[in-house]
Amino acid sequence: MSEETKSIALVASKGTLDQAYPPLILASTGAAMDMEAAIFFTFYGLDIIHKDKYKNLKVAPLANPAAPMPVPNIVGVLPGMTYAATWMMNDWMSKANVATIPKLIEQCQMAGVRMIGCQMTMDVMGVKRSDLIDGIELGGAAMFLDFAADSDINMFI
Amino acid sequence: MNVDNSIDCKGLACPEPILHTKMAINKMESGQILEVFTTDPGSINDMAAWSRRTKNPIVDKSEDGDVFRFLIQKA
Repeated sequence: MSEETKSIALVASKGTLDQAYPPLILASTGAAMDMEAAIFFTFYGLDIIHKDKYKNLKVAPLANPAAPMPVPNIVGVLPGMTYAATWMMNDWMSKANVATIPKLIEQCQMAGVRMIGCQMTMDVMGVKRSDLIDGIELGGAAMFLDFAADSDINMFI
Repeated sequence: MNVDNSIDCKGLACPEPILHTKMAINKMESGQILEVFTTDPGSINDMAAWSRRTKNPIVDKSEDGDVFRFLIQKA
């Protein structure tokens, strides 16, 4: 990596819709700013690159005072509340013309963002390589830290 | 000023104007001018930051109602 080139290393550890946006936005923008960018997907963050899940990430209506529907927690446990909160968030996003998660993933990949699936948490959660979208590297803590050690920006999301 | 390429990012939210600008600049020759239209108020500071970081200078910017126009010269 040249002296001039900046680098950004992100850990994506959460699988809710709202928490999927920051790593994808920052990595794609970093790449557009001529930075090297990598995202390490671990634990629930793996859902962001899971073939069957990434198009339908959800918002948690429970223990989330800032949820799209500010309802008491006792209401949040009712069936359908996760669906309702997710629907509202997607509606906000679409009205504000914000890119969808699949679109941002595509933009990350086009921009050359390295996307790394955490092998250990895949094993823990029974996620196979074939469950993930194409273009994902697999690795562990050492692989991520090797990249992060030379990075100018490191964030855990 | 001669414009070599123009992209319309009106209505798009962060980070799309930046991503589209970068994709357009990648396809251009050094010295050429890219025209970008946006409506995202955040794009004023975002475009300035992107320009500083990538060293593609903004040679002109203007505002017409809710629409911002940037002229960027490819480095």
